[in-house]
Amino acid sequence: MHRKYWINRVNSIRPSDITPEGVWLDRRRWLAGAAVLPLAAAVARPAVAAPAPPPLAASRNARHSVDDTPTSWDDITSYNNFYEFGTDKGDPRAHAGTLHVRPWSVAVSGEIEAPGTFTLEDLLKPHPLEERIYRMRCVERWSMVIPWIGFPLGDLVKRLKPTSRAKFVAFKTLYRPREMPGQRAGWLAWPYVEGLRIDEAMHPLTLLVVGLYGRELPNQNGAPLRLVVPWKYGFKGIKSIVSIHFTERQPPTSWNLAAPDEYGFYANVNPAVDHPRWSQASERRIGASLFAATRPTLPFNGYAAEVASLYGGMDLRRWF
Amino acid sequence: MTVEQRYRRLWKPLVFVAALTPALLLLAGALGVGGRRLGPDPVEDLLLTCGKTTLNLLWITLAVTPLAHLLHRPQLLRLRRTLGLFVFFYALLHFGIYLVLDRSLDVAMITGDIVKRPYITIGFTALVLLVPLAATSTNRMMRRLGRRWQRLHRLVYAIAVLAAWHYYWQVKRDVTEPLLYAGLLALLLGWRVWHRRRALRSMAARVTSTYGSARVPGRT
Repeated sequence: MHRKYWINRVNSIRPSDITPEGVWLDRRRWLAGAAVLPLAAAVARPAVAAPAPPPLAASRNARHSVDDTPTSWDDITSYNNFYEFGTDKGDPRAHAGTLHVRPWSVAVSGEIEAPGTFTLEDLLKPHPLEERIYRMRCVERWSMVIPWIGFPLGDLVKRLKPTSRAKFVAFKTLYRPREMPGQRAGWLAWPYVEGLRIDEAMHPLTLLVVGLYGRELPNQNGAPLRLVVPWKYGFKGIKSIVSIHFTERQPPTSWNLAAPDEYGFYANVNPAVDHPRWSQASERRIGASLFAATRPTLPFNGYAAEVASLYGGMDLRRWF
Repeated sequence: MTVEQRYRRLWKPLVFVAALTPALLLLAGALGVGGRRLGPDPVEDLLLTCGKTTLNLLWITLAVTPLAHLLHRPQLLRLRRTLGLFVFFYALLHFGIYLVLDRSLDVAMITGDIVKRPYITIGFTALVLLVPLAATSTNRMMRRLGRRWQRLHRLVYAIAVLAAWHYYWQVKRDVTEPLLYAGLLALLLGWRVWHRRRALRSMAARVTSTYGSARVPGRT
């Protein structure tokens, strides 16, 4: 080993001489964190360029798209939560590059006619893709406008033919700590799990997503398959799905397990129900100018006309 | 140069430049100077950077006394007031950004926050407690208050505890950094307890050897 490198030493750079991107980014984060030294902050924060995923064609569904200006590709793909890759919002882009999303399979199980396992290709094949521009509201009080590409989850549910006992749908994220460094830390119980009531899953706005901005979904945004429920806080949109399970009982959900007083099963966007530690009445739109960033949060994230009837008669303070 | 001159011409300007650098970098980011920009959530970026700089400078301020003792450099002690004023400056900036940019000066929302949200209540209390310290940081006030000055400025310990707590409580899940700050604070305050007890013990020992009695005059 050593000699081989020695021979070419004059004009070769050993792989070990190149700082792995992960280490380099760790270092950069460390520097940013240690902003004790003002000078350290001055040299930190270089731009990181990641190769864009291949294009993905889909026609715009105008009826289900909002008019707000979409957030930039850079912001959507560099600033999000995906705790499987770390708790900093820059971590997903920094660390998701090593995740292998091909081959991919999804197990479907529980109260359906024919449980089994699909390859991603077989799962997607019958469903025409469409682009929808949705608002996304994070429980942390920031929001984006995102052109997703996907198809209604309801179409898949119908295809799987749930039995009459299927009252809820439970989802599970990939568990692969070797490629998902955040799973080696105990901030959440892994794998990440989420769930919807069956009528929420069947709602035409609920989307299974495979793309973003005319391209395949980048790893950091939940490739190759994720959920988007635009009237709920972002954490309901489970990423990198490997299992869809139909059940009679309400399934556990990760954030609810971690802090039941702060995050409920429903997690509908609601400016009138505060997070125990902060108000949810307003939000900051990512990419807006400094003085116009804060705007009021809308009930059901602006989708009340379409979805409020799902929760008729429910006390939304109790079922937060 | 005398010690006094060195302090005025060298150390004080250095501290000024270093302490103002984070604010200048943020300003450059906000104005897009030199290719710098704030993060995707600029308000959050400003809030967090000013908040953390407040903590950093406060911790540095609290580290001055132990350092002065360890290095036998009592002249360092006078840096504390200058650093402390910068702590106040960044705390005000942090609060101002919250008021104007994050809450758009919505009075109802802001008072609601301060009353209802424990982490904001704590942070606000810490800021209010900083006011008398900043107001009495001049040489004249020091002379006027005499011994009471030092007693008043021990408030900084309570402020630091509140500040660490404020940070801990607003983090969503990953409390590594707040715990790091809390641990460092425990060290800084722990050193003071240890130092004081040692000083009292050696004083008692001196008194005993001089008077041959265990009775210590003054403080017991």
